[in-house]
Amino acid sequence: MNRLLLRNTDSIDPSGSWHPAAGIPSPAGMDRAHTAKVGLRLFLVVVSSLFLLFLIAFIIRAQVPDWQPLTEPLAPLAHTGALWLNTTALIGASIALQWARMAARRGNAQATLAGFALGGVLAIVFLLGQLWVWQRFAAWGYFVSSNPANSFFYLLTGLHGLHLLGGLLAWGRTLGKFLRHAPLARLASSVELCAIYWHYLLGLWLLLFALLTSTPQTYEAIAAFCGLR
Amino acid sequence: MAYAEQVETEALHEPKSFLTRYIWSQDHKVIAIQYSLTAIFVGLIALVLSGLMRMQLGFPGSIEFMDAGAYYQAMTMHGMIMVIYLLTALFLGGFGNYLIPLMVGSRDMVFPYVNMLSYWFYLLSVVILLASFFAPGGPTGAGWTLYPPQSITQGTPGTEWGIVLMLVSLAVFIVAATMGGLNYVTTVLQARTHGMTLMRMPLSVWGIFMASILALLAFPALFVSAVMMLFDKLLGTSFFMPAIISMGQSLEHQGGSPILFQHLFWFFGHPEVYIVALPAFGLVSDLISTHARKNIFGYRMMVWAIVAIGVLSFVVWAHHMYVSGMNPYFGFFFATTTLIIAVPTALKVYNWVLTLWQGDIHLTVPMLFALAFILTFLVGGLTGLFLGNVIVDIPLSDTYFVVAHFHMVMGVAPILVVFGAIYHWYPKITGRMMNERLGKLHFWITFLGTYAIYFPMHYLGFLGMPRRYYAYEDYAFIPQSAQDLNAFITVAALTVGVAQLLFLFNLFWSAFNGKPAGGNPWKATSLEWQTPQTPPVHGNWGAKLPVVHRWAYDYSVPGIEQDFVPQTVSAEDLERMRRGGAETAPMGEQP
Repeated sequence: MNRLLLRNTDSIDPSGSWHPAAGIPSPAGMDRAHTAKVGLRLFLVVVSSLFLLFLIAFIIRAQVPDWQPLTEPLAPLAHTGALWLNTTALIGASIALQWARMAARRGNAQATLAGFALGGVLAIVFLLGQLWVWQRFAAWGYFVSSNPANSFFYLLTGLHGLHLLGGLLAWGRTLGKFLRHAPLARLASSVELCAIYWHYLLGLWLLLFALLTSTPQTYEAIAAFCGLR
Repeated sequence: MAYAEQVETEALHEPKSFLTRYIWSQDHKVIAIQYSLTAIFVGLIALVLSGLMRMQLGFPGSIEFMDAGAYYQAMTMHGMIMVIYLLTALFLGGFGNYLIPLMVGSRDMVFPYVNMLSYWFYLLSVVILLASFFAPGGPTGAGWTLYPPQSITQGTPGTEWGIVLMLVSLAVFIVAATMGGLNYVTTVLQARTHGMTLMRMPLSVWGIFMASILALLAFPALFVSAVMMLFDKLLGTSFFMPAIISMGQSLEHQGGSPILFQHLFWFFGHPEVYIVALPAFGLVSDLISTHARKNIFGYRMMVWAIVAIGVLSFVVWAHHMYVSGMNPYFGFFFATTTLIIAVPTALKVYNWVLTLWQGDIHLTVPMLFALAFILTFLVGGLTGLFLGNVIVDIPLSDTYFVVAHFHMVMGVAPILVVFGAIYHWYPKITGRMMNERLGKLHFWITFLGTYAIYFPMHYLGFLGMPRRYYAYEDYAFIPQSAQDLNAFITVAALTVGVAQLLFLFNLFWSAFNGKPAGGNPWKATSLEWQTPQTPPVHGNWGAKLPVVHRWAYDYSVPGIEQDFVPQTVSAEDLERMRRGGAETAPMGEQP
């Protein structure tokens, strides 16, 4: 069985055809764009591993009695309006990049550029919004070391933001090429990679958002479910 | 345009000047050499540190500056450098970089720029680490596991600067390892040449491939613990720090969980053992097969064993924590998984031995190291079975038995493979052979010497001699004979340490004065020995990529004069060789 399995994965030629010479499989995935996509997906697996471990640490630490939930009536996350606003911006960024990706497939350079630029700008809006939330936390006296719940809030939102910032570097480079009128065919791959990365970070943010604004009872239930209690 | 034509005409990042050729190089071979030389350099520092520690243990008080603090600093830096900055970097960054593209028939790594960044981040992490020697208070003395709370509490050496530099250096190293790992895995998945199926890859590539996957998934755990500990140290959070009274003062922390750190650390730490061991398994398989002129026994089994060990290595971490006070049922689970992982591992040992069985064994220097590896790994592995059981581990855990065990299995065994592999691939890298006489001398001193060091330690462990102590005078339960043994071990350790100068001399001397090697001095089958030039030039393969027709282990094929069939030989060529061997064998010797 594994012979079949491994031989099939060997050729990524969508038509499944082998190299014509005497049944020799063709070299796998010589297509640059595809290779880059595989590389990015692999990287996202690594990022998932990173955040999964942070979240496990988060759940375990949340079981200790000194945890003061941020969702209490007078705490900053009692009202999540600001975070919802930021989330909207990030959803918008994802949609814009998806739009750009589809336009690039159709070969529409104008629409691609518009969607691509908008996606990045909305991501910057999201980051500024997150900074504003941080500032509000600090203004209310919720500093990073005052309580483990705060520490995790700063740590997780900060790391998520740093990942988005890294994405924006790639975005900026590609935008520069756009503005120097590089042909769309050369940029389509970068647009697609940015779109995948943005979608991933949106999904990650939704998970973090849900978890950070949950009640201690939810953490308890998760911990019990994972056998950590 | 067909895929194959596309890659063969694709422009490569051609180097233009000395700087881009040798310093800011994107060529995987140059990066591999940069990685290896840097790793060997820091490894030498760690070797000197171990010599200093041994002087203190064997001849207490003989070195003036070696007080308790300095001893712990030396121990911490020795452990961390050897495990991470030497072995991990050398196997993945050095051998992985050099061998993967050549062995799978690619022109380079798939992301050469990222590959270059990976080396420079690695170098940066090394610089940060070494900077801690010069920081106020010196490097951290927290032990290589850096357990909180002691690692960031007053009284441990280097709690001001040392620990911060260590954690930052680790974080930078992890970024470097991730960039490298992404390259190695994607290259194996995407850039194999015509006919190179996964099940035709040499086991070296399989070992490094699987180890890279482990590194990608396990290093984040170290990153998480490093970042959270930095927060505890610098920002006063309480992720790992419980309420604690230090020097009569109660600290501001409360509620943190030191056990959480241990779980995170070992969730990285145990896969790390296999990040080092799997490449060693792979490389040694190729060494044994080539120098015994026999196909590797049970290739398919070997591959699946590598995969199984990789997967299992993620569910054994808490066997490092039997004495941490965790739930005993946990211990039962982890003892079971630990014993299960011995199955695929033992299977590999059997297959190596069966490969040797009735082989045409050439006792070359690489082969000597490979044989020594099997023996050493067996010894270290067997003591691992002892320590994997909770009830045996608890009395032995804090003794020299553990020191002996992990130095055998994780120190000596992989380093023997490193030496064997360097002697084996050196002719490809430089075009010249290393001196064999010096190599054999180096081998015998290292091999016998390491046994003189670590065998007695098992005995000291049974005697109850605790590890982590800086001095053993005036303990009623440690007899004078143990002191004598300690002095003996120190003499052996210094001898082995000094003997590595032979290797270093050989390494640099042979690069200029060694015997010219030719393209394939060991008559090996795998692709890296079939390059048009030796050392391989930029782009590796000339105008056309090689085409692979068979696995990497066609040694001593019946009916063929020549005792190896390279992977590039097609079925028709083989038939021609079988019929007459007119091109290969001299006239008159035809069957």
